[in-house]
Amino acid sequence: MDISEIWSTVFSFQDYAEILPLVSNSLIAGALLGLVGGMIGIFVMLRDMAFAVHGIAELSFAGAAFALLIGTNVVLGSLVGSVLASLVLGLMGAAAKDRNSIIGVLMPFGLGLGILFLALYEGRSANKFGLLTGQIVAVDTVQLGLLAVCSVVVVVALIAMWRPLTFASVDPAVAAARGIPAGRLSVAFMVVLGLSVALSIQVVGSLLVLALLITPAAAAIRVTSNPVLTVSLSVAFAMTSVVGGILLALAGSLPISPYVTTISFLIYLVCRLIAWRKDKVRHSEKMAVVAA
Amino acid sequence: MPVNNATAVTAPAPVVRLRNASLSFGARPLWDGLDLDIAPGEFLAVLGPNGSGKTTMLRTLMGLQELSGGSVEVCGKPAARGSRQVGTIPQQRPFDDNTPLRARDLVALGIDGHKWGIRLKRKAMRERVDELLELVGASAYADRPVGVLSGGEQQRLRAAQALADDPRLLLCDEPLLSLDLHHQQAISGLIHRQACDHGAAVVFVTHEINPILQYVDRVLYLAGGRFHIGTPEEVMRSEVLSELYGSPIEVFESNGRIVVVGMPETVNHAHPHQGV
Repeated sequence: MDISEIWSTVFSFQDYAEILPLVSNSLIAGALLGLVGGMIGIFVMLRDMAFAVHGIAELSFAGAAFALLIGTNVVLGSLVGSVLASLVLGLMGAAAKDRNSIIGVLMPFGLGLGILFLALYEGRSANKFGLLTGQIVAVDTVQLGLLAVCSVVVVVALIAMWRPLTFASVDPAVAAARGIPAGRLSVAFMVVLGLSVALSIQVVGSLLVLALLITPAAAAIRVTSNPVLTVSLSVAFAMTSVVGGILLALAGSLPISPYVTTISFLIYLVCRLIAWRKDKVRHSEKMAVVAA
Repeated sequence: MPVNNATAVTAPAPVVRLRNASLSFGARPLWDGLDLDIAPGEFLAVLGPNGSGKTTMLRTLMGLQELSGGSVEVCGKPAARGSRQVGTIPQQRPFDDNTPLRARDLVALGIDGHKWGIRLKRKAMRERVDELLELVGASAYADRPVGVLSGGEQQRLRAAQALADDPRLLLCDEPLLSLDLHHQQAISGLIHRQACDHGAAVVFVTHEINPILQYVDRVLYLAGGRFHIGTPEEVMRSEVLSELYGSPIEVFESNGRIVVVGMPETVNHAHPHQGV
């Protein structure tokens, strides 16, 4: 394969206008996932739970693989897997140290189970690969309904607990003194996180969920500390990555996930660059004040 | 039967009322038979070695820790978690560099961080936050990220959070630890002002009495399962501390500072049935 062939595999805008209407469901799903990922990512960062997200994703993969094997709804399977995993983490791993070791134990177990189920499955192999690295170019209406309902649940729950959850995440001691029920909030958050992971897996696959649930929020936090602006940017970054990724993927004949992860990574790089320049300016201003 | 003109001369109702209060962890008593009234405007310092139950005492007043025996009332009601009449200033713990909050957002959380849903009345909130920032002298960095502020600056914000509801009782858990002298004076001055201008009772847990000595009305000294209550002059004496610690301790006064010499690493646990 020479360069031009690779290029036309990655980007080819032939028949673009005809394909576009066929994927409108996917685009709606993508926008919803962007909203969910951008919002919950802020709390994943605040609560230092990147590793937990990865662990939940592997159990979600096991659930989805089992659903594929027994021929039921894959989205439902991955939802069950990830909510179970996040409940276990929420109830057992209160301390970060405990949590990480529990995740370390659960993650390979989940991945192993998933591989077992896939090995037993005799259907199309594209389905198998899709669970790990992203699949749904064509979301059917049933799946879209389920995705939409879960997204609404996540968004409403996050808005409802936004302030107490922020408080308990950034300053647990003062929040506890204020009577905020940190324990119950933490379990509620884990359930919501489980839902979000299961949703994200539908687009980018279980190996790449961090690109949706961490990278946009991490990028936003780099460039601002205004909370409203942080959330808005994070959601905008996540939506751009997913929707942009789907649109670009249509032009080539590759899965969605490399496009999504690349866009979200590039946004992160740009944000780091902006933060670096801002720090430099601030630093030189400080030096000027000291010198004066 | 109380008569109206008689109530005018009686002392105001205590903010904190502990009666025969005891607390133990397993078989180890932290303190026992503690009777204590803290009046409005009173500044009580709680001293004692590590593990003597100072912080647990605060948790009891916050309603986060149940007594093993006796009763504890705050503002006439059993201590309950999340009371709006209680403000808390904790030990300084730094915020993460990348915390997506500005100084003003942290103070706002102290005002309404316990409420569900989205914040309404943003304008009124902004004004209240500005007032509080002004009160603690933090207006200059109101819009800076909390993660880049110094420990002392962050601690001023926590003081602003604690003062947000004009609390009747202010609980301080070593709030001056690891702060420089300038910030120590500013924070302890703020706490004192809440006591003398607003009539709040202050319970101030500390290892080091000197930074607050000028404000302290009474000292509660906890050690080895025993305690002693009195004015600083009454408690910070060689005989009292020697008895509490069960080993000889010397207390000196020099230039208005109290110097304690011979503090043991651990405290001999005295059991009531063991005579001297």
